Amino acid sequence: MSVSFTVAPLRACRDILKELRAVKGPGYQRSPAYRYVMDQFRHNRITSEKLCRSQQDLLHRASSYLCLLQSTRLHLSLHAEYHGEGSTREKGLGDVARMVGLALPTQPGGKGWE
Amino acid sequence: MLRNALRLYCKGSLTVYCCPVMTRQKQTCHVLENRRTYSSAMSERKKFYQDVSISHGEGGVFEINLDHRKLKTPGGKLFTVPNEALAVAVATEWDVQRDTLKFYTMHMTTLCNTALDNPTQRNKDQMIAAALKYLETDTICYRVEEPPGLVQLQKTEWDPVMDWIEKRYNVVIGSSSNIMGPTIPEETKDTFRQHLASFNFWALTGLEFVITQLKSVILSFGLIDRHLMVEKAVQLSRLEEEFQIHHWGNVEWAHEYDLQELRSRTAAGVLFVHLSSESATMKRKLLQDLEFPQPRKPWN
Repeated sequence: MSVSFTVAPLRACRDILKELRAVKGPGYQRSPAYRYVMDQFRHNRITSEKLCRSQQDLLHRASSYLCLLQSTRLHLSLHAEYHGEGSTREKGLGDVARMVGLALPTQPGGKGWE
Repeated sequence: MLRNALRLYCKGSLTVYCCPVMTRQKQTCHVLENRRTYSSAMSERKKFYQDVSISHGEGGVFEINLDHRKLKTPGGKLFTVPNEALAVAVATEWDVQRDTLKFYTMHMTTLCNTALDNPTQRNKDQMIAAALKYLETDTICYRVEEPPGLVQLQKTEWDPVMDWIEKRYNVVIGSSSNIMGPTIPEETKDTFRQHLASFNFWALTGLEFVITQLKSVILSFGLIDRHLMVEKAVQLSRLEEEFQIHHWGNVEWAHEYDLQELRSRTAAGVLFVHLSSESATMKRKLLQDLEFPQPRKPWN
């Protein structure tokens, strides 16, 4: 099996916990996910083998879970910003135009009848 | 390019299977009747529970509890998963919901529901046949002839994956730049059929989901065999889009949105496959290693 990536376990663990804290809030250490992740990282830490296949498998799984948490959070925030309640309807015309990178035209000197 | 554009508009064959948790009326097995009771994926319900917990069920399965009520599938069955890891993933999805339940972000729950209810009522052979059929229209096999930048990019990014899978499974797939695509030899299909037969039903459900998201069987195998990471597989699947974004610019409310959605679905699918096929075994080290314990190593 060719291992074309290296994932540092400490980094993966820390990032997963950071994500859990971001989505769960202050009580994240009591969540089942926190306990399970810490358990998994603790039990699979000590190995005398340099290239442990199951360790690589677990790291891939950890990295997939991290990707899942991160991308779900980002997807949700993008959805809230661009497709959610109050993202377009309550905004004014100028704000909506700015969202897609356009701007309402301005005429220096005013329109004449103001 | 036209083929890719067409494929981008087809959102995938898997029915989106998100629904209110507890259905009051009785469900029959008929798919059309079931569809009436599904709410659409974008509708939201208010959060009606405080705590999410996991409990053991009969036969070594795990169940999810919302307050004191057991979670059920849209088909009315009791929601059970075969191992703790899946249960934790599903419980976390329910746990992180705030005021409203956003079913379109709960991919692990959706996949478990699909595996449990099997709304399209297919068996393993049908799913394997569908996956192999997809190989004929695999993204990696379709090469463009212009612009030269994209041709080169496809060569440098997709050829290694093609070489890897041909070597790993000892098959011939090949790529082509005409509209009909490559002809896949029967031996290749037989090899893959044999390999896929070793997957259980849940893992096949997950695999089909990943294939539909990435629009590629080869990339899905690369992901399942841990040759690729999720981000890399998604980038390879969206190669042409990335090329155009690099040239014309990134539009956050479309490109970034699609990217994060694709990543989350693919990651969920891969995780689902891996967790469904795991068998927890504890390997005891040799006695001599236990007699002389190694000093605690820092994280490597």
